[in-house]
Amino acid sequence: MGMLKEKVDKSKQKTSDKKEEKDQSELILRVNDLSIYYGSNQAVKNISFDIEKNSITALIGPSGCGKSTFLRSVNRMNDLIPISHNQGEIIYEDLNILDKNIDVIALRKEIGMVFQKPNPFPKSIYNNITHALRFYGIKGKKRLDAIVEESLRKAALWDEVKDRLDQSAFALSGGQQQRLCIARTLAMQPNILLLDEPASALDPVSNAKIEELIFELKKDYTIVIVTHNMQQASRVSDKTAFFLNGRIVEYDDTETIFTNPSVKETEDYISGRFG
Amino acid sequence: MNSKVADRIATGVFIAIATIIVLVLIGLFSFILFRGVPQISWDFITTTSSTVREGGGIRDQLFNSFYILFITMLITVPLGVLGGVYMAEYAKPGKITNFIRSCIELLASLPSIVVGMFGLLIFVNSTGWGYTIIGGALALTIFNIPVMVRVSEDAIRSVPNVQKEASLALGINHWHTIKTVILPSAFPGILTGAILASGRVFGEAAALLFTAGLSTPRLDYMNWNPFSTTSPLNIFRPAETLSVHIWAVNTNGIMPDVEAIADGSSAILVLSVLFFNLTARFVGSAVHRKITASK
Amino acid sequence: MEKQTTLSAKQRLIRSSSKNPGETRGKILVSLCALIIIIATLSITLFLAIKGLQSFIVNGLNPLEFLFSSEWNPTSSDPQYGALPFILGSLAVTLLSALIAGPLGIGCAIFMTEISTSIGKKVLQPVIELLVGIPSVVYGFIGLTVLVPFIRNTFSGSATGFSLLTGTIVLSVMILPTVTTIATDAMSSLPNSLREGSLALGATRWQTIKKVLIPAALPSLMTAIVLGMARAFGEALAVQMVIGNVRDLPGSLLDPSATLTTIITLNMGYTTYGSVDNNTLWSMGLILLIISFIFILIIRYLSARRKI
Repeated sequence: MGMLKEKVDKSKQKTSDKKEEKDQSELILRVNDLSIYYGSNQAVKNISFDIEKNSITALIGPSGCGKSTFLRSVNRMNDLIPISHNQGEIIYEDLNILDKNIDVIALRKEIGMVFQKPNPFPKSIYNNITHALRFYGIKGKKRLDAIVEESLRKAALWDEVKDRLDQSAFALSGGQQQRLCIARTLAMQPNILLLDEPASALDPVSNAKIEELIFELKKDYTIVIVTHNMQQASRVSDKTAFFLNGRIVEYDDTETIFTNPSVKETEDYISGRFG
Repeated sequence: MNSKVADRIATGVFIAIATIIVLVLIGLFSFILFRGVPQISWDFITTTSSTVREGGGIRDQLFNSFYILFITMLITVPLGVLGGVYMAEYAKPGKITNFIRSCIELLASLPSIVVGMFGLLIFVNSTGWGYTIIGGALALTIFNIPVMVRVSEDAIRSVPNVQKEASLALGINHWHTIKTVILPSAFPGILTGAILASGRVFGEAAALLFTAGLSTPRLDYMNWNPFSTTSPLNIFRPAETLSVHIWAVNTNGIMPDVEAIADGSSAILVLSVLFFNLTARFVGSAVHRKITASK
Repeated sequence: MEKQTTLSAKQRLIRSSSKNPGETRGKILVSLCALIIIIATLSITLFLAIKGLQSFIVNGLNPLEFLFSSEWNPTSSDPQYGALPFILGSLAVTLLSALIAGPLGIGCAIFMTEISTSIGKKVLQPVIELLVGIPSVVYGFIGLTVLVPFIRNTFSGSATGFSLLTGTIVLSVMILPTVTTIATDAMSSLPNSLREGSLALGATRWQTIKKVLIPAALPSLMTAIVLGMARAFGEALAVQMVIGNVRDLPGSLLDPSATLTTIITLNMGYTTYGSVDNNTLWSMGLILLIISFIFILIIRYLSARRKI
């Protein structure tokens, strides 16, 4: 396990050097007065907040509070739901990504998403990762091999699967499947990773592994994670936003939220009094 | 007490109905098989039919049936699958989609004789082709397309949504997602449906009477040039299929062994359709197992 | 995979047609297929309507006489074209076969869903699927070789065995699987709470079926019967082989008779394309088409009333 981590760290180091020059507290996403509707039902109500580059932001709150809906709007997955529409803006590199003229395909490549339940394709481990690469015209066995290895290493899965890359992804355990899903997203070199309760469907050991992985990934990526697990939120994230009934009740440094929340609902929720 | 008696009587009636249906099936099958199978011989399958003399076979009819089926499926499967993709993935709820649904519904409920009449009007008379294999195949395409569209749409809709989301979330466009994720997952369903539809097409006769005709020219099975008039592969020749042959022999047949020919042909027809149905089941479950299996 | 950091966000993320070529091609391809389906449907309707109206427009036949006269004498010196016997023949075999196959099919569906689901699944389900698979000419052939002699020998009223009754029986067996399959779907989609609620009140199984389940599933059961009728109405060859094909109105079930489809089947090949005789066949085809439309409307009406 220790060796594995070391390897991961090394491969991480190379890419993160490039980014070092950028300002650490640069804002990558600015949400302005965003509302999201499903038909006439308003799921997200006029929220505004900023997300920093290379940070982990946790979105917490009871079920149906709008946090997943918000997350799915950042890479326009809500477009798949015909009755959904929105107001306000999400600014990403000076562009409102909710605009009609945004190329959602290119956007989703830069803003990747990992879902609650592991959803590998019914293909081999190798092809799960190359699936999207091939669409983007990346060819050549050498090049694909290199990306597959790099992504699997980043997702801390390489050592477990390197001898059986041509086996079906369904043969992996749930936790491995989820790390494969993370790996195939990383292969696209996204800027932002959206994680929708990535560990909630997994056993505690896999859960811990995923958590460890998220912490590692922070060096290279901006991560927004929806979670129901308070310990997880407090352990991995830098900032925490507490959602309630479609609004952000409180948004602050994670430490502040968990030790000294300024709003009573936040305190009630964190201490497990509801939700 | 009264209601209990009524309940018993009713249960008896339902059991009787179920028994009748099973007996009807057993009767039909044993009739066809016991009378027909003894007529089937290598000679019967490999000689040409005769209009007046005894001892005619069904070689050409059998070939025609499979050949028309093949051409029909060659046209219908791509058309039906793409139509199914349109209905399941691209059609937005609204007037146009409703209209297309109505069209499919109407095509599905058209009597096959009406399809045959339309084929006569367009593929036989307007084109000047006369009775041809391609005319028959196009008529059967009209007859088969609603089935293929429905089968494909259902198979595509039953692909788990998470698969589609996974692909789209990676920045892959809709069309590529359809080609590489959705259609492969829907493949077993589409294949099973296509084989079942083949059985239906294979047995169809009314739509072919006025399109592929009631006769077959002399064929030379050594001639593989599809443009030659004596080649079995020529799609611009008339072709009587097995189903049409059964009908024609029974209504106008003047050869002395009409009954034997009809018996044998029916047995082969039913066995073929049965074969299609069993294959559909087998292939469907086998492919399904292979795709979802964890090695 | 290189990062496109050299490109601005605008260049990377604003939609342009050049970025997404496969999508456009795919959309055009599938839309084309949808268009072909529309064109096929419209041209069938249009061409059959034009062709079917020619006997009235070009040949000057009186549509009312065509529909309501029972005199069909195309070959006499004063030809008469009254298609009523065939229209009535079609309606008669359709309704009569629905009367037989309806109760049997629904009864079988009830057996499969309410009495014994295990026998239903293991025995009846495959039986029904096999029955669906038998081609209609085979039904006709068996009717011709078994049923026709049987009726000739059993009923003194039938001289030949070819009769309305023979056609009805053949059609009933043919549409039975259609009715049964749809009725079974209807019965099995009823919520279990309906059964449990009724049984808990002390009702017997039959009372539950009669008073609760059948009323709840009625629109779907009617749909099953109507779909069966549509199939019976459009069937040509199987009926043609056993019904006798005479041009007179049948006086009884044992009289031979004819339907729209059987007359078309028989005469299309023996009449000259474009002649009055031939054109009247196309008018009958148009009637078949219109009645198909009506069946669809009935099915739509029923499915709108479906409660389950």
